[in-house]
Amino acid sequence: MDTTKEQAMLSQEALQQIDREVAKYPAGRQQSAVMAALRIAQVEKGWLSRETIAYVAEYLDMPAVAAYEVASFYNMYDLEPVGRHKITVCTNLPCALSGGVHAADYLKEKLGIGFNETTADGKYTLKEGECMGACGDAPVLLVNNHHMCSWMTKEKIDQMLADLESK
Amino acid sequence: MLEIEIDGKAVTVEDGSTVMDAANKAGVYIPHFCYHKKLSIAANCRMCLVQVEKAPKPLPACATPVTGGMKVWTRSEQAIKAQKGVMEFLLINHPLDCPICDQGGECQLQDLAVGYGASQSRYQEEKRVVFNKNLGPLVTTDMTRCINCTRCVRFTQEIAGEMELGQAFRGEHAEIMPFIEKTVDSELSGNIIDLCPVGALTSKPFRFAARTWELARRKSVSPHDSLGANLIVQVKHDEVKRVLPLENEAINECWLSDKDRFSYEGLNSEERLTRPMIKCDGQWREVDWQEALEFAANGLRSVLTDHGGEALGVLGSPHSTVEELYLLQKLARGLECENVDFRLRQADFRTDTLRPGAPWLGMPIAEVGDLDQLLVIGSFLRKDTPLLAQRVRQAAKRGLTVSVVHPVADDWLLPVRNRATVAPSAMPAFLREVVFALAELKNDKVSAELELNAPEAISDVAHNIASALAGAANAAVWLGNLAVQHARSTDLQLLAQEICRLSGARMGYVGEAANSVGGYLAGAVPGIDGLNAFRMINQPRHGYLLLNAEADRDFADSHAAQRALETARFVVALSSFGSANLAQLADVLLPISPFTETSGTFVNCEGKAQSFVAVAKPRGDTRPGWKVLRVLGNLLAVDGFDFNDSESVLRAALADGYESRLNNRLAARPVVNLSIESALERVADVPIHFADPLVRRAGSLQRSRDARAPVAMAHSQTLAGLGIASGSRVRLSQSDAAVELEVIADDTVAPNCVRVAAAHAATANLGAMSGPISMERV
Repeated sequence: MDTTKEQAMLSQEALQQIDREVAKYPAGRQQSAVMAALRIAQVEKGWLSRETIAYVAEYLDMPAVAAYEVASFYNMYDLEPVGRHKITVCTNLPCALSGGVHAADYLKEKLGIGFNETTADGKYTLKEGECMGACGDAPVLLVNNHHMCSWMTKEKIDQMLADLESK
Repeated sequence: MLEIEIDGKAVTVEDGSTVMDAANKAGVYIPHFCYHKKLSIAANCRMCLVQVEKAPKPLPACATPVTGGMKVWTRSEQAIKAQKGVMEFLLINHPLDCPICDQGGECQLQDLAVGYGASQSRYQEEKRVVFNKNLGPLVTTDMTRCINCTRCVRFTQEIAGEMELGQAFRGEHAEIMPFIEKTVDSELSGNIIDLCPVGALTSKPFRFAARTWELARRKSVSPHDSLGANLIVQVKHDEVKRVLPLENEAINECWLSDKDRFSYEGLNSEERLTRPMIKCDGQWREVDWQEALEFAANGLRSVLTDHGGEALGVLGSPHSTVEELYLLQKLARGLECENVDFRLRQADFRTDTLRPGAPWLGMPIAEVGDLDQLLVIGSFLRKDTPLLAQRVRQAAKRGLTVSVVHPVADDWLLPVRNRATVAPSAMPAFLREVVFALAELKNDKVSAELELNAPEAISDVAHNIASALAGAANAAVWLGNLAVQHARSTDLQLLAQEICRLSGARMGYVGEAANSVGGYLAGAVPGIDGLNAFRMINQPRHGYLLLNAEADRDFADSHAAQRALETARFVVALSSFGSANLAQLADVLLPISPFTETSGTFVNCEGKAQSFVAVAKPRGDTRPGWKVLRVLGNLLAVDGFDFNDSESVLRAALADGYESRLNNRLAARPVVNLSIESALERVADVPIHFADPLVRRAGSLQRSRDARAPVAMAHSQTLAGLGIASGSRVRLSQSDAAVELEVIADDTVAPNCVRVAAAHAATANLGAMSGPISMERV
């Protein structure tokens, strides 16, 4: 097996998790688990390379391009490498009215990067996000797809970055 | 049935129809882009919005099911306003490059924009740009023009069987693409050009070659596979510029295989013969027809005077027309030569004495869709007849169960329920198991000759195939090209007949070439004392007459064929193309017209005779093959060669209601030679783009993935047993014929076999397509 394909392979643990997702659907409909499978793969690999997508597609016995359609449709899948911490700031209307854009500007200034960029040390990536369904908490941002932070004033952003720095 | 009203017209349609179906039935045109009658409904272009009574907003006609008493208006104020609105959005990002677009003049978007578009755009902002994709040598892209109708995506998924294109990203960023850095390699890929309603996907070979309105559209028939796809050949200044499908629901529907579509490039190849040539003292010389024909007639006559008619071998390609093959055999018989054949790649001819008729598919092509069980024996179905495989693929979606007995487990992109991947020599023994399993299930007896020869055990696969066939209401058993070219083909055919007798299935032959049925009907087969194609090569003759056949590519044993022609005293070749090989072996080259420059007839696998006329003037001094044969007949003073036109030749060839001569019956019961080869066996496919002289010279097809140079393939266990590593160079030999190739491990090949393609320059010096072969590391 060539090296790129080997690198795309997932651990036994990840495959077991995917199997659990596949089991939720009727036999022969394993393709339905593609979103969960891509999520599990992304958690393990940090991002979804083409080889990883092809590997997941092969595992689910579906065309690679169909898995790529899914991976490219949803913006929480990363098709490019990201830093250790991915910060996604919501800039949709309710957040924007409550300081979302300022929160993003502050992050840009502090990290020295723009949207879709990664700091030189590979620690942070900044992304512009869509509504996260918590408009009452605006401005909100998401760390590494899983951790949601509410009411992100400058002080709270400083504190969040300090926390991440120590991780 | 439901009654509805469209634009005031009452129509009755079946339950489950859509408004679009009803409109088509009523003869009302509704503008659309993404809807296509052969594809699933996507309803994403929104162009077909219509007004429906009581619906609060316009509905897409393609995705709205009809309900009883529905009233639809397709041209009301509301409908037109909705359609114009959609058109405005479609044009927002569409470039205004019609003057340089190949689709210009045959573009649905252009046509509908005339009816529904504004004369000026209100959109002032930046248009989006989408980068082009490399889809391979056949389809070119201008992706900025794409309106994201997804017809191409649905085609690859549903018709071609493998999703090679997808729609990635979303919203304004959505774009059609293959998976990263892949090309579209389907043997049906050209159809996405026809399907694309705009100029996003256009033909690469045709790019910037002509405008659609400059081209004459003429009907023709494909000279390649046994399906006989109907063509529209587009011609400018007597040069074929493009080939499109002529819709014929009974044969090719609205599709064409890439071979049918792009092979026209071969017509303009540099190897086209345009002047008659004769070889004098080893030197080729261009001469006029008179001299060439007299030279040919004299040469043949001298062989006949010295050695008699049986010293002659007359060989025609199954890609020749009925008219050509009829005159060829008539000429041979007029010269008292019974050695005439068109089945050049066949090795076993024992069925000739058992067969009263011409072997055919055994059913109309259109009925493939109604089958519920299909057993395919020895066939590279997907590459040999792509559109027949497509029919099987669609039928499989509706519940057809497919079983395959074949030495390689190629992916046909359709579900195969039972698969027996066995070496060629083991195929008869396997089919015997199916016969015995069937007899047991049906409480019937196997034929007396077989009874003594019961198998020790019946494998599960054989049992499954038997029970599938036994329970079927509408079953068929097809013999593919490998089965017919098999060294013990007769055994396979008799066993297939026995399976059909026991199960009630219809027997059929897929057929190798455009005229595999027509050759039989034209009588281009040896008489009782005559030699068949295989014998004519293995018992070299003094003289040969070749029609459209190339010794190094078109024969069951290309090594023997070349040697036989080399040692012959006199070889006349009627051919559209010259090649170094032909120049070396022949003494006269008579340039005959390819299918576009002659009238003729092909009888396809379902036994339908399809006649066509020339679509262009013969190139240079080329003449239609039937005329050249007629003059040869006259010069050699053979009686009955006074035909004035090709129609009268056809009438003579297919005189007495030829349909009744289609008959797969073999007048014998199987006596099976069950010996299984212990040596390594050769499995030879004829790669799709090397099957006939025309397609071998079609430049773009030759650059496609299907035309890659062949490598040898063998099961990893077979390679391990021989101590050969995958990827190493090996010497393959069959008696005194040998070539060197790379070998790769491929577990789809049956153990103890090597798959080595025929019909390619790299394997032209190998021997028989079927039989033992040896392999050693170099």
